[in-house]
Amino acid sequence: MLKDITIGQYFPGNSPVHRMDPRVKLVLTMAFIVMLFMSSSFYGLLVGIVYTFMAFAASRIPFKMMFKSLKPIIPIIIFTAILNILFVRTGDVLWQLGFIRITQQGIHTAVFMVVRIVCLIVGTSLLTYTSSPIELTDAIERLLSPLKKLKVPVHELAMMMTIALRFIPTLIEETDKIMSAQKARGADMETGSIIKRARALIPILIPLFVSSFRRAEELALAMECRCYHGGEGRTRMKQMKTSAVDYVSIVITAAFIGAVVVINILV
Amino acid sequence: MNVFLKAKNLNFSYINEMEEPPVKTEVLKGINLEIKKGEFVAVLGHNGSGKSTLAKCFNAINIPESGEVTVDGMDTKDENNLLPIRQQVGMVFQNPDNQIVATIVEEDVAFALENMGVEPAMIRKRVDEALKTVDMYEYRRHAPHKLSGGQKQRVAIAGIIAMRPDCILLDEPTAMLDPKGRAEVLKTIKMLNRENGITIVLITHYMEEAAQADRVVVIDDGEIVMDNTPKKVFSQVETLKNLGLDVPQVTELAYGLKKAGYDISTEIISEEECAAAVARLLEARLLEARS
Repeated sequence: MLKDITIGQYFPGNSPVHRMDPRVKLVLTMAFIVMLFMSSSFYGLLVGIVYTFMAFAASRIPFKMMFKSLKPIIPIIIFTAILNILFVRTGDVLWQLGFIRITQQGIHTAVFMVVRIVCLIVGTSLLTYTSSPIELTDAIERLLSPLKKLKVPVHELAMMMTIALRFIPTLIEETDKIMSAQKARGADMETGSIIKRARALIPILIPLFVSSFRRAEELALAMECRCYHGGEGRTRMKQMKTSAVDYVSIVITAAFIGAVVVINILV
Repeated sequence: MNVFLKAKNLNFSYINEMEEPPVKTEVLKGINLEIKKGEFVAVLGHNGSGKSTLAKCFNAINIPESGEVTVDGMDTKDENNLLPIRQQVGMVFQNPDNQIVATIVEEDVAFALENMGVEPAMIRKRVDEALKTVDMYEYRRHAPHKLSGGQKQRVAIAGIIAMRPDCILLDEPTAMLDPKGRAEVLKTIKMLNRENGITIVLITHYMEEAAQADRVVVIDDGEIVMDNTPKKVFSQVETLKNLGLDVPQVTELAYGLKKAGYDISTEIISEEECAAAVARLLEARLLEARS
């Protein structure tokens, strides 16, 4: 059961968005976030919505995935909406009961914030849908490489991320095994109070920790055997190249941001 | 043929600094061993006999306490030789899960070449070649954790042969595999030895695997006690049993028959040989009965 968990759901494909340089994708995603937070009116947000839909269409990811990415954050969306409705007290009063006062301004802000969050989540999830975790780690490593001059261990951090990603499925499998082993010896993990259940996790976590350290030692040895000596003088098999798709995307994104700026000035 | 791996009066100890005073455990005691280029050597010994420690001396993971280890004439003590030695002598470990670094098969095979600073186009070529050699090319885009044990171990071997080493040390590479995976890996190892001329040092607990080598070295308590062809080594059934080791099933059968007074050679290590020898015995009996 634990095996089915996927982290950073990636949908392999060959759409223009998939073919983009992950570095450009990462930077454009950040530009998109800035664009959403810059928009101060519904017209500005509309630009963001159009952009999100366009990107989704170009990625050829089924539209139902949009809703799937929103599912885990529905409580946050509802919470934000209620908070804004209740606590924005300016504007025309629509309805009042005791100290609860709902104003037009409140509803306006609530809707605005909800649309912004939805766009933010849908747009950024497109990044993990269309690029594999390894592509993203590589992109981060390369984007941050100028920081090496400031003695930031960029390569080491990227290596750690790669290894973490590599070992997530292995450790999940191992947790499964240890859980079965402890259950077979009569461990009870499903009943009792929260504290009791948390305590039942200890006999799972300790063997998991011990074996992770053993794995770490063996992996380090195997890496040394394969001439690993840090990031110095290392080359990469996959080169990242920006192509026409990337330039077009950059231009389109810049145009959208420009539109938001113009709308902000006019409205 | 020239000597490729050479150990001369090799001593090695592990020192446990956690204890007070530090406890020193002597693991290798005066090992003298020469392995020629292109040889297929199996190393046997019970757990804790020092066979893995010896293997790690040959790729400069363990540096001898005294004595000398050379790889193609390069001394493992010299820091400057470290990377050339590790490139020439690859090592495959027991647990395939703990030696795969990347999340995609081809990325993992490329790992060693990336460390060596090979040109990207060249890496691509050598990765494809290595994957084809171990017959895992069609899995190049797969995630390693979705492969079977035998397939993972072949990916690990591909990661080593991409470095184009002259020698591969395999530390119980089949211990965690099912019979099918074991057969796949052994077939790959033999093919690398026969067709690509790669020197193989195979540490194993499976006598049937050791029987397929050119030469068997038996280590006990840090010393080499036997070093000969598989036939000569396995025919000494009593000695091996005393060392806590097994012999191939067919050798044991031949040994039992010999002990019971039958005229059969004890230098039998393969099923075919055994079948032929037993058939001869039966034929002789038949002739005897007729006359």
